[in-house]
Amino acid sequence: MPPNALVVVPAFNEQAALPGTLAEVLRHVPPAQVVVIDDGSLDDTAGAARAAGVPVVRLPYNLGIGGALRTGFSYALEHGFERAVQIDGDGQHDPTEMDVLLAGLDDGADLVIGSRFLRGGGYEVSRTRGAAMRLLGRFVHSLTGQRFTDTSSGFRAFGPRAMRLFARRYPAEYLSDTVEAILIACRAGLTVREVPVRMRVRAEGRASTRHFRLAYHYVRLLVVMAAGAGRKEELA
Amino acid sequence: MKWEAHVLLVVTVVSCIVFIVRLVRRGQLRAKYSMLWLSIGVVLVVIAAFPRVLAHLAELAGVQYAPIAFLLVAMAFLLVVAVHFSWELSRLEERTRTLAERLALLEQRLEERTPADS
Repeated sequence: MPPNALVVVPAFNEQAALPGTLAEVLRHVPPAQVVVIDDGSLDDTAGAARAAGVPVVRLPYNLGIGGALRTGFSYALEHGFERAVQIDGDGQHDPTEMDVLLAGLDDGADLVIGSRFLRGGGYEVSRTRGAAMRLLGRFVHSLTGQRFTDTSSGFRAFGPRAMRLFARRYPAEYLSDTVEAILIACRAGLTVREVPVRMRVRAEGRASTRHFRLAYHYVRLLVVMAAGAGRKEELA
Repeated sequence: MKWEAHVLLVVTVVSCIVFIVRLVRRGQLRAKYSMLWLSIGVVLVVIAAFPRVLAHLAELAGVQYAPIAFLLVAMAFLLVVAVHFSWELSRLEERTRTLAERLALLEQRLEERTPADS
């Protein structure tokens, strides 16, 4: 991986999965090119990161994955990095695919999304979840005019313009951190591209969001998307 | 309304105003919020003290029962205040989030310089 890229690992209560994830990541990049954002974990997530020799930024309380990412972008900018790759602490993302994402940035994109479904990534989701994801894709399509197969993928690479935009403003709530971020990037005139990646089925540990909460977040997202339609985002 | 009702309303609203002024004097309420409440209080006092104003307002608005007009005005004010608070709360949340992020980044920097005592 080029030396100007930083791997941002948002982690909330990932003490168990983090050592494995970091060991994998460190096969591709030196520790100085990785940062763990401990999002107010109650377990020893920060200790696991330190044991791996990776810098860790500890948020005083849980800000949600969007808040953790925003912190990661600030960290990247302060340390002079030009690009950032997001890899979740739970080991869902395969670090060998980082280069695929970065290649997308090389091709001129500002935000590259690793898609599980593009070109048949072989990733299976339940039928309701699949339907919900397609619905989101359709809404995003109507708002941006662009087709996305995996709007809720959290395996992404950010170019300098995206980093600056998102260090200032990144949606914090569940689902917004992925889907709404695409809309914000598009509204700001950034180039957003999807590339196919392999992804693992999420490892044990993180309790999946309950159904009614999921439904609430989908509805909230639709409202946010409708309210933001036609709005222009300013680049810093 | 009977005059007793008006007295009751005036007394209630005036004591609310006194309470708010006291909070401001003790420094427990920021002046900007007190302005909000005080202006509401003044309007409500006027409406409560002068039934004619209320009756006139009710007639203008096409409300047949004057006390309802009073409730409508009071409710409209409360709605404005509630929305204002949501706005203020969103702003505060954004600020505390930013502070939390800055703090975390600063702590990390400090740790980087003094790795021994983490």
